[in-house]
Amino acid sequence: MDTEVSGKPPVGTFDVAALKAEFPLLQREVHGRPIVYLDSGATSQKPQAVLDAMDRYYAEINANVHRGAYHIAERATMAVESARASLARFLGAPSAEEVVFTKNATESINLVAHSWGRTNLAEGDVVLLTMLEHHANIVPWQQLAAERGVEVRWIPVDDQGRLDLANLDALLHGVRLLAVTAASNVTGALPPIRRLADAAHAVGATVLVDASQWVPHQPTDVTGWDADFVAVTGHKMLGPTGIGALWGRRELLDAMPPFLGGGSMIQNVTVDGFTPAEVPTRFEAGTQPIAEIVGWHAAIDVLDGLGMEAVAAHECDLTEYALRTLADRFGDDLAIHGPAGVVADGAVVRGGTLSLAYRDVHPHDLSQVLDQHGVCVRAGHHCAKPLMKVLGVNATARASLYLYNDESDVDALADALADAGDFFAS
Amino acid sequence: MAGLEDLYREIILDHYRNPRNRGELEVPPATMTEGFNPLCGDEIQVYLQVTDGTISEVRIGGQGCSISQSSASMMSTAVVGKSIDEARDVLRQFKEMMSIHEHGLEGDDAAPADDRPGASGLGDLEALRGVVKFPVRIKCATLGWNTLDQALVLSEAGSPTE
Repeated sequence: MDTEVSGKPPVGTFDVAALKAEFPLLQREVHGRPIVYLDSGATSQKPQAVLDAMDRYYAEINANVHRGAYHIAERATMAVESARASLARFLGAPSAEEVVFTKNATESINLVAHSWGRTNLAEGDVVLLTMLEHHANIVPWQQLAAERGVEVRWIPVDDQGRLDLANLDALLHGVRLLAVTAASNVTGALPPIRRLADAAHAVGATVLVDASQWVPHQPTDVTGWDADFVAVTGHKMLGPTGIGALWGRRELLDAMPPFLGGGSMIQNVTVDGFTPAEVPTRFEAGTQPIAEIVGWHAAIDVLDGLGMEAVAAHECDLTEYALRTLADRFGDDLAIHGPAGVVADGAVVRGGTLSLAYRDVHPHDLSQVLDQHGVCVRAGHHCAKPLMKVLGVNATARASLYLYNDESDVDALADALADAGDFFAS
Repeated sequence: MAGLEDLYREIILDHYRNPRNRGELEVPPATMTEGFNPLCGDEIQVYLQVTDGTISEVRIGGQGCSISQSSASMMSTAVVGKSIDEARDVLRQFKEMMSIHEHGLEGDDAAPADDRPGASGLGDLEALRGVVKFPVRIKCATLGWNTLDQALVLSEAGSPTE
């Protein structure tokens, strides 16, 4: 599929107004006000190029892949495989054959837990998680713990919602798998993945990275991380829902049994049994969401056109603006769970995920009032209840920034917060 | 368009700021039932003291948003002094009022058929009728009531007089 992309702008000259115009949903109004979308941590909006690519797929080349020998079936197959190659390059993966399409990052992690986990983990083995994890990177391991007697252990967080690595060496004792997020969906903290991977590998552990909240915002290099598995999802990075991927080291994937059984994932089937296909098709049972794969490819093209370095720089600037603006306007009335600054010790330590506590207004009430201003934020526990307990809250209101947000969105958030404060003042 | 004033009626904000029957009861003789809203993390505890088939005391614990807290507060005043059957009747009426299927969900036309105070005999609880226009918040409003439902079952089971 050919997708037109704009030229890559130099870092620092990010034309957000022009970019916003590419997103149909960001043109609409809610409650008579322009929409201010600050929930990209839940899902991103989709540019016209992604919508067009999916429409064109259905209008022009819709056919099942890896089956027919006719023209459109070949075109559809090429569309899927070129998307796989594009995603592999985008992730810094050595080979497209190491990229398995899944429904989302949750399914990617479940694939590893079921296939690699049930092959490699036995009673007493330790899976090391962190208190920053999303339920998607907790529950599959707890299921394994219940089924196999695997021990689940936790890396704690400090008072700024960052990993506390003071006792990492002791925590790694006996660990077979480290499963860690690259970016917290609650505090925005960015754990030092390479350092963690090195420490885990030193004790012979395998490393899985949940990169759902990282890949949309930062340049990704799975090789530079020295990870073994990386789970990603399409819908948080301008792509459609229903499509994600697992990247895994070839030698690990080759040794893993299939996760789901069905069509496409076999070499041969007889009445006596089956022979699984090679990777990655071994893990892609049944017809894949082809239009979604095509749409995701178009999303990657858009991100490539912008340049992930430029995206990261823009979000870094905007996050700093947001932290500064909210502190200036609300002082002690507003607390933000997470690292206090974007940069610490020369490294970027937080992304644009801002979990807010505002006076004693409940996050659900806060988001309701913000909605009247057209401001969309998420209220709740963000599928991270263990972390919420450490933070001492049941819920937060979370504003999450993305490439199409600008200072006016942050200002609109601040105005809406001020109004919410007035509304609930007793 | 459903505005904030449809949701946050003054009496709701009053119950939120000044919750009635807030606290705990000794268990036993009272019963305690806990409810959770898995979507937002709100939690609630309903303490019931049933004496001779009548709800003699209610206490509400836990934490949550203004809708869940005020709804539970209003619930406590609505059922105290009532028999278990009478409480169940209030519960049924309230849940009917909160049912989106009763009103349909056609965008902003989800207006209640009759929102005059006292139309259903629910009294102050009528103020919560506007919640139906905000479907995501229905679970907030019904959290305390669903917990009460379980609490009534528990109280009945533990009460030889019933």
